[in-house]
Amino acid sequence: MADTLLATRSLSKRFGAVQATKDLTLEVAHGELHALIGPNGAGKTTVLNQLSGELTPDRGRIYFDGRSITNLRVHKRAQMGLARSYQITSVFDHLTVRENLSLAIQAHNGHSFRFWRRAGDDPLIRGAIDPAMARVGLEQRSRVPAANLSHGERRQLEVGMALCGRPKMLLLDEPYAGMGPGGTVELTKLIRRLKSEVTILLVEHDMGAVFSLADRITVLVYGQAIASGSPEAIRCDRAVRQAYLGEGDNHHGNAAC
Amino acid sequence: MNRKTLAITGGAILLLVLPLLAALLDEPYLVTLFSRILIYALAAVSLDLMLGFGGMVSLGHAAFFGVGAYAVCILSVHGFEGTPVLTWPFTVGGHESALLLWPLAVLLAALAAAVIGALSLRTSGMHFIMITLAFAQMLYYFFVSLETYGGDDGMSLFARNTMPGVDLADDRQFYYLCLAVLATFLFLAHRLVNSRFGMVVRGCKENERRMKTLGFPTFRYRLVCFVIAGAGAGLAGALITNQTEYVSPGLLHWTRSGEILVMVLLGGMGTLFGPVLGAAALLLMEEMLSIYTEHWMIYLGPFLILVVLFAKRGIYGWIAGGTGNHG
Repeated sequence: MADTLLATRSLSKRFGAVQATKDLTLEVAHGELHALIGPNGAGKTTVLNQLSGELTPDRGRIYFDGRSITNLRVHKRAQMGLARSYQITSVFDHLTVRENLSLAIQAHNGHSFRFWRRAGDDPLIRGAIDPAMARVGLEQRSRVPAANLSHGERRQLEVGMALCGRPKMLLLDEPYAGMGPGGTVELTKLIRRLKSEVTILLVEHDMGAVFSLADRITVLVYGQAIASGSPEAIRCDRAVRQAYLGEGDNHHGNAAC
Repeated sequence: MNRKTLAITGGAILLLVLPLLAALLDEPYLVTLFSRILIYALAAVSLDLMLGFGGMVSLGHAAFFGVGAYAVCILSVHGFEGTPVLTWPFTVGGHESALLLWPLAVLLAALAAAVIGALSLRTSGMHFIMITLAFAQMLYYFFVSLETYGGDDGMSLFARNTMPGVDLADDRQFYYLCLAVLATFLFLAHRLVNSRFGMVVRGCKENERRMKTLGFPTFRYRLVCFVIAGAGAGLAGALITNQTEYVSPGLLHWTRSGEILVMVLLGGMGTLFGPVLGAAALLLMEEMLSIYTEHWMIYLGPFLILVVLFAKRGIYGWIAGGTGNHG
């Protein structure tokens, strides 16, 4: 428990007749890459939304960095170091790459009730923008509006923005969704590099990526965690293989067991 | 020189020499008309700060315009008569000095915007439009029922305010003052939209949810933007009282908010000079078309539809070309 960065206790959320999250107890240790997987509609994104504060759970508690954040508002959680990225890339299309990153930096260095100086001339931002650009590998594209980036580049920018506040933990919601093979390789490299810096909770459909990146995996079915453990243990778990039968993803497990 | 700077310089020169032009053409009325245009431009630019940059579509902006106008008129009339505005709990006298009254009008409008904004910004989209409209109508009916100050009929200002070094009663001097106020406001707004604050507000327009997950307490930034916009409209109100030397509840009516909104759309939302052009276009059209018909809006309607359909950034986008934004 001392090593736990993020934990939930009997987290529950219901939408009408659908129990989206059911008594979920999840523990993510400092420094690990924890993957949350499950068939479509298992409620993975709902869990992320509760962790980031965009949804309020009906029951249960969430702990982050040693304190309960269950009732904390979205921006407070972000300021505590809990950053997220979205399944549907959510960057600011009308702003340039540089401006996008600059906004993300701004969120974490003091208030922004500064009305006079150009944001681009703010020393607090200038000092942090180049490392941020380098980290996402988009130096060549700094003046391009985010709307004109390729899908993969937008993903990189999105993750880069989440990293600007030097978060303790990153919630990644299906970063591989809609990615071509080239982008997948780039993204895996980026995530592998991040693993050493920040704790990650990864929600992902791409089983290849999950099994190669994750330290631990939790499997969610109908809002309930049916298994949690190392990739090897999950690969051989009977309940998991049953849940994935007919999903077409079970072949990842078959060979190894 | 690109098209944008060319257009702005041209417009600035035209406005600077306008009183001269009016004298040459022997049309002194032009000075009055353009003072009015400058004042409405100020109101429209202030609305665009929250609408075009902050993404807050308000149909109640005239409320702040009216609050500023009434504040100046009521205090000036008391000042002229030498009667107190309030006798309880303490005595407040009237005044005629612009340097005192106008900042006060701005302050009162900002205060009204703070209250209305704090409540309306808890909603979004259509609800936000309706609630700003409702608040503005409440204020409208408040002034309609204010019999002491003319109620439905409004009230007249006996004389324009006084200002050291400037004779506001002189139409030409008043015109140049309006021009200076607008230019200053535009400059401040230009700094604002490119500042850290401006970036946050623009981010909120595009994706407020994302701004929150980045760690911004978005509500307070949007509220401050709303208050700044209200303050700008209050200043425009202070000027309009002096220009027409008359106020009426019509200044706060929702159709007035609609007119200011149309100026922004027509001129180019999300640009700083667009609303100025929009105000000029709308008021000049009104002026010219109403010679021929009192139903001049019949011609305005199709024109507005064409502009909105074919010129995304309004008249300004048309003239300046490109995607020139960011003020």
